[in-house]
Amino acid sequence: MTAETIIQSLASGLLMGLLYGLIAVGLALIFGLMDVVNFAHGEFLMIAMYATFFLFAFFALDPLLSAPLVAAALFIFGAVVYLLIVRFAVRAKANTGMVQIFSTFGLAVLMRGVAQYFFTPDYRSIPHSWLGGKTISIAGIYLPQPQLVGALIAIAAFAGLYFFIHRTDFGRALEATREDAGAVALVGIDKNKVFALGWGLGAALVGLAGAVMAIFFYVFPDVGASFATIAYVTVALGGFGSVFGAFAGGIVVGLVEAITTLILPPSLKTVGIYGVYLLVVFIRPRGLFGSI
Amino acid sequence: MDKAFIQRRRRDLVVAAFLAAIAAAVPLFVKDVYVQNIMVLTLMYAALSQSWNILSGYCGQISLGHALYFGLGAYTTAILFTKFGVLPWFGMLAGGLISALIAMALGYPCFRLGGHYFVIATIVIAEITLLLFQNWDWAGAALGIDIPVRRDSWLTFQFTRSKLPYFYFALALACVAWFVTWWLEDSKWGYWWRAVKDNPVAAESLGVDVFNSKMGAAAVSAFLVAIGGSFYAQFVSYIDPESVMGFQFSLLMALPAVLGGIGTLWGPMLGAVILIPLTELTRSYIGGSGRGVDLIVYGGLIIAISLARPQGLVSLFSRKPKPAAQPAREAVAS
Repeated sequence: MTAETIIQSLASGLLMGLLYGLIAVGLALIFGLMDVVNFAHGEFLMIAMYATFFLFAFFALDPLLSAPLVAAALFIFGAVVYLLIVRFAVRAKANTGMVQIFSTFGLAVLMRGVAQYFFTPDYRSIPHSWLGGKTISIAGIYLPQPQLVGALIAIAAFAGLYFFIHRTDFGRALEATREDAGAVALVGIDKNKVFALGWGLGAALVGLAGAVMAIFFYVFPDVGASFATIAYVTVALGGFGSVFGAFAGGIVVGLVEAITTLILPPSLKTVGIYGVYLLVVFIRPRGLFGSI
Repeated sequence: MDKAFIQRRRRDLVVAAFLAAIAAAVPLFVKDVYVQNIMVLTLMYAALSQSWNILSGYCGQISLGHALYFGLGAYTTAILFTKFGVLPWFGMLAGGLISALIAMALGYPCFRLGGHYFVIATIVIAEITLLLFQNWDWAGAALGIDIPVRRDSWLTFQFTRSKLPYFYFALALACVAWFVTWWLEDSKWGYWWRAVKDNPVAAESLGVDVFNSKMGAAAVSAFLVAIGGSFYAQFVSYIDPESVMGFQFSLLMALPAVLGGIGTLWGPMLGAVILIPLTELTRSYIGGSGRGVDLIVYGGLIIAISLARPQGLVSLFSRKPKPAAQPAREAVAS
């Protein structure tokens, strides 16, 4: 193992980590807003990947062009999921925590079933896109272009999100609602509207990630499951609800995955991520950046 | 002690005995192997869910990683039998004890975690163990273990010609899991668990040993689930990591309790009796071609019941008169 291979894999780990952060940030946003974990988050990613795939298959639209469309579609989807399911789940009078977990979990199972029914369990991929399969050499390190552009999109998305939360009225309403939903209602902000927009925004972010992922990853009904576990770990590492914790958590996860792949056989690569999760929460039970 | 409460407990016991007797008689009339197979699975999941309910329902520590103990039970029995010739009955006991010990060893760091951090830790630990077993060559790695079939005998707990012995064992296991729950419900532990679930801080200040309550619940729960895993290994006589430790088992243990009523005595039984036949039937009649209809039915059902009946279906049988509606509070809340 030369220094070059180590730098090489750390660099691709970093890129992948930024993408993991982008996948996870929607989950963190929604949790921070209303203390609900969306257990269908992986399936949101899955339908975003399918949407990207079909836009390519039917309209020959490159994933980079369809990304904004997919994000917009996911925004609507997320808001609808809130209005149809989550809105009622958080109102449950008994077993509230359980109802939240299992209503979104049921949605995940349902979406997977629907995907299998309409799209068959086949693995699909986008055979040729602007970036697919291309690499770029920077100072002797080869970086896959899809991941590189994905990482740049992730950084841009995080910057945009930062601006959005701190500089816009809606962002302030979002922050205020997560601080104290009851008080927000008193000053005339419709809590439901904020929550619906929060879900829309969270889904749009994972939609963006899905469009990028579809460039270099297979699309199939269960694709969300493995990325979802990584997303939960990412969010928990950063500390549930901390949007920028998800960013940092993603980078940690990407680097740990790269290092694990250097040491252990590829089939064990997620063991490193899971192990680091356990290590972190055993030492800091609320994650790296979570408030105690 | 509350008189109505004692009466209710006595009634539960009588009803349970009555239902068990009816269940035991069913195979005398139902000879169809396919249906018997569904009945065995239903009873097994009822037992598993009842055991899961002890930790996650009564004590409130939601585990989505109980497939770990199911798999450990299955693997312990299979390894001891195929490598060392140890009879499955001892393997079963060994699997149960190992699982209970591991549950406590894992509980030691995990029970400090709250809410979602705990749930994700359970998923992640089961997943790590699954990956390790898939890469453990001595235990058959991803290919798993084929349990050699000798001859039909209670000694080796193998039956190729009839499903009935499996049926009666699964029934016995479901009865044991139910009875353990019934018994613990009115013990010191039962009260501690409910206190820990409702408000751990208040419970601690009132002298409840919160940490050890959780450890106790985890050990009992893991022990019983591992017995179920051992049984399953004998029943299917071939195991591999994905088929005994996969996430779907964690889910299938939790769902009956959730649908029937989490943290209730009858919820897991009721949930399993509805859910498992429904799953098997949709799978074989509609979803046979892997088209996902079973998942659609399943997912829709989970959403519908968790939204419409958060207390679970068992609340439909509740004789308690419903508390009067509170229109004033409703208006404020919405």
